[in-house]
Amino acid sequence: MKKTLSLLLSMAMVVTMVAGCSGGTKTSSADSDVIKIGVFEPLTGANAAGGELEVEGIKLANQLRPEVLGKKVELVIADNKSDKAEATTAAARLIEKDKVVAILGSWGSSLSIAAGDVVKTNKVPAVALSATNPQVTAGNDYYFRVCFLDPFQGTVMANYAYKNLKAKKVAIIQEVSNDYSVGLAKFFTDSFTKLSGDPNAIVATGNYNTGDQDFNGILTNIKAANPDVIFAPGNFTESALIIKQARALGITAPFIGGDTWETNEFITVGGADVNGAVMSTFFDDTNPLTEAGKTFVAEYKKAYPNSANIAAVSALGYDGYMMTLDAIERAGSADPVAIRDALATTKDFEGATGMITIDANGDATKNQAVIKGVKDGKFTYMDTVTID
Amino acid sequence: MVVGMTMETFLQQLINGLSLGSLYALIAIGYTMVYGILRLINFAHGDIFMMAAYFTYFGIAVFFLPWYVTFIITIGLTMLLGVTIERVAYRPLRDAPKTSLLISAIGVSFLLENVANYLFSGKPMAFPEFPLLTTPFFIGGLSIQPVSIVIPIVAFFLMTALLFVINKTKIGMAMRAVAVDYDTAKLMGIKINGVISSTFAIGSGLAAVGAILWCMKYPSVLPLMGVVPGLKCFIAAVIGGIGNVKGAVLGGLILGFSEVLMVAFFPALTGYRDAIAFVILIVILLFLPNGLLGKKQVEKV
Amino acid sequence: MKELQNSLGAYLKLHWKTAVFLVVLLLGIGLADQFVDSYMRRILNLCAIYVIVSLAMNLVNGFTGQFSLGQAGFMAIGAYTVAVFTVPIESRAAIFYLEPMAPFLANIQLPFIVALILGGLVTAVVAFFIGYPCLRLRGDYLAIATLGFSEIIRIVFTNTQSITNGALGIKSIPTISSLWWTFGIALIIIIATVLLINSTYGRAFKSIREDEIAAEAMGVGLFKTKMTSFLIGAFFTGIGGGLFAALLGTVDPKQFYFTLTYNFLLIIVLGGMGSISGTVIASFVVTLGQEALRFLDEPMAFGLDLPIFRPGLRMVVFSFLLMVIVLFYRKGLMGTNELTWDFMAEKYRALKKRLGGKKTATEGGAKK
Repeated sequence: MKKTLSLLLSMAMVVTMVAGCSGGTKTSSADSDVIKIGVFEPLTGANAAGGELEVEGIKLANQLRPEVLGKKVELVIADNKSDKAEATTAAARLIEKDKVVAILGSWGSSLSIAAGDVVKTNKVPAVALSATNPQVTAGNDYYFRVCFLDPFQGTVMANYAYKNLKAKKVAIIQEVSNDYSVGLAKFFTDSFTKLSGDPNAIVATGNYNTGDQDFNGILTNIKAANPDVIFAPGNFTESALIIKQARALGITAPFIGGDTWETNEFITVGGADVNGAVMSTFFDDTNPLTEAGKTFVAEYKKAYPNSANIAAVSALGYDGYMMTLDAIERAGSADPVAIRDALATTKDFEGATGMITIDANGDATKNQAVIKGVKDGKFTYMDTVTID
Repeated sequence: MVVGMTMETFLQQLINGLSLGSLYALIAIGYTMVYGILRLINFAHGDIFMMAAYFTYFGIAVFFLPWYVTFIITIGLTMLLGVTIERVAYRPLRDAPKTSLLISAIGVSFLLENVANYLFSGKPMAFPEFPLLTTPFFIGGLSIQPVSIVIPIVAFFLMTALLFVINKTKIGMAMRAVAVDYDTAKLMGIKINGVISSTFAIGSGLAAVGAILWCMKYPSVLPLMGVVPGLKCFIAAVIGGIGNVKGAVLGGLILGFSEVLMVAFFPALTGYRDAIAFVILIVILLFLPNGLLGKKQVEKV
Repeated sequence: MKELQNSLGAYLKLHWKTAVFLVVLLLGIGLADQFVDSYMRRILNLCAIYVIVSLAMNLVNGFTGQFSLGQAGFMAIGAYTVAVFTVPIESRAAIFYLEPMAPFLANIQLPFIVALILGGLVTAVVAFFIGYPCLRLRGDYLAIATLGFSEIIRIVFTNTQSITNGALGIKSIPTISSLWWTFGIALIIIIATVLLINSTYGRAFKSIREDEIAAEAMGVGLFKTKMTSFLIGAFFTGIGGGLFAALLGTVDPKQFYFTLTYNFLLIIVLGGMGSISGTVIASFVVTLGQEALRFLDEPMAFGLDLPIFRPGLRMVVFSFLLMVIVLFYRKGLMGTNELTWDFMAEKYRALKKRLGGKKTATEGGAKK
């Protein structure tokens, strides 16, 4: 036993060491001439592309409105590595170490959900930007969001398939390991079967896992089912490969999907084959819905003159920041709980992606979505749809 | 669930299986060669494959080299990478416990993935298009990409060439000698280091060819793209009997066909597709631990 | 009574350092539990969980010499057991909103500790079915087979929507924040492992590691012994996974991608394959290190805009470290030694001697 227990020394040393040094960081909260806002995004890992775009929008908003209540706003960016365990520590670090008064992010609903518990127990409000899963805000008074939800997006695309494309038979390809894709597929199915009145309207379903590259098997099944439209919400890389392989197999049915498609990689990987793909999204730079949207577009083009198009998630990043600053102003203080209360009562806030009113769940009530299609290798505005 | 499957769909699935299986086969050969000689699962093989894809991408899309130059450079660089990995990470541990060698292999794999992620970012890069090879032609309702035919041909050709090298040349004889008995081969004056280096060079070269063909068919290049193919191809090598080149090809084809046919006959189970390789692995190891074509191995004291 | 007092006295006399240390340790945890902020608390909790899982891995890999890479899958089983059985019944409908929870599970809620132990047991049962075919295999096949099983578990959890909620994962798991849960259990597991290793079983484990054929000749039942080690390891890992779920408050299949196992591999390699104290130290070093090295991912480190500092560098450094350890310090920090008072005294003497001896030695202390 002698040698056995002694080995625990190391543990005690570390514990006491840590206990000793962690007390020192508390002082920074007294530093009151800056207001710190945490940006909680995946900058590495599978979701990095989306995270970077949101950060772009947030930074732009910060440049345009760097002050609130006469104090400088400082952004503290934390990488959650597209990983849940990292996400919770990153959120805790923003709150405890950096003393942020509010958090923006994250791209990827599951990462936001993971941080939900941290922001709730520490009473620091968080604003999700493009996380469309209902679970992000459900049962959490401290999580808000500026985008619409999966059920809405599923309905939008089901309507589009049924009304615009006159589809009767639909095939669905979902990314089973992606909560976003599974959710959207389900809401689409519900909506579409209701619209068409045909319980067998979904003629084929294919599942794949994140990172898969060969889809010929499921696509061959789908080809045999001969659908009018294929709904394939999911990650942009896999989706682009799916469309490419479908065309090579001679499938001509149009592909429709969700907002995650809207990345440059979707087009570079998919090449000419993704022309004609249609998706719903939050925002379009050629047809801003509001005055704030026009300002955002103009400023964005000034800041990033080489950018071919503006991603919707950048606009949402912009909105998240502006809405939070608006809340801080209305709260009249940088106290996190006061900011939360102000965020909860946001009404008719004019964002770049539309008018935002926060409902009882903490969600932005939005009834408008933008339909975009790929045309000649570019995301092109097609329509703005309103659903009540 | 077989209801409604037409002959046409079935044939199409067979074509899908053939090209996927041949790709697995190409990568599996590299595993089998290294295992045959070093008795090491080269965990980094899948990542060598990934690096080869990046080399090709950079050659064509960034440096605008002609495709044939790029292919030669890619194969050369990948061989060099394989040899370097062996030299730096495996050779110093040759006399160490087996576990250390295995950990080193995992470490190299992890390092390559992270380096790729750091240098090239986690965003996918679009592999250049080869319209001549990817534009499908149609026979009846069947759609066939030329590349789907090229892949099995290349795989078969390389397998034959490799078998020739192993069975008919001096270096091949040395490889076989080392594979049978490392120490005796050493005593017989075989330059062990040279033999092992050439094994890695050949295995990595095949991975490079595999990567080029893979990307023609699945044109996105990502830091983690080698992980799943890597694992599956190792399994393919085990199915065929590890250490056996023909076995690796057979295993690759079996795996490719099983995956595609599972999707074809049980569409509801498509989400489990990646599991099938592992299920086959377990079954094989239980009932045929030496694989389909492998020789029985006796553990020596 | 007197006898007991005497033996206790004798014990304390012999082990007073250990006793003092244990008191200091418990006080340390108590103090830390009172005063650290939630960020530090989270990291410390994570450290303790890593201690548990790494120790379990070392039991199988380091002490028994069976190269198993199934940690991620085993953690997943433990984590999901805790998640499924502790989520409040009233919030289940909201969580399982795509497909309701299977009726046979929907109304069962267990106290955390019961769910945690159940998680360990379920993991051990699954491990039995994995070990049964796999433990007969040669070392490197075992590695790939356990890795494969780990992936199969993840894929199954992704697809069994009505039990695990599939890709959506389960949230609102009641969380633990007190350090006593994680550190308490880690302590119990450390002590249990120490006792186990010094028992007949432990000696059988080590004999298999050293030479399977010789061990068998000496009458050690290979399969049974390997299985014992494997099941105990799985049980501990399941517990670790359960704590992990309760720490994060949410689980989904992606968390248990097989690369998670590499974290623990790095820890046991760094600490020394076959050293309990090494594993404990390395768990803390790696977990705290991963946090401390965050600056590597930040472009503005040191106030300069250095292009080499950008997201991803941290993991490069980490994997590079793993390689350096494997290649140059193969035995890790501790080798198969334990950090005992004797060991430290010996090291201290050696150090003193070396410093006295005119700086002849230049080799690092880590290179045992």
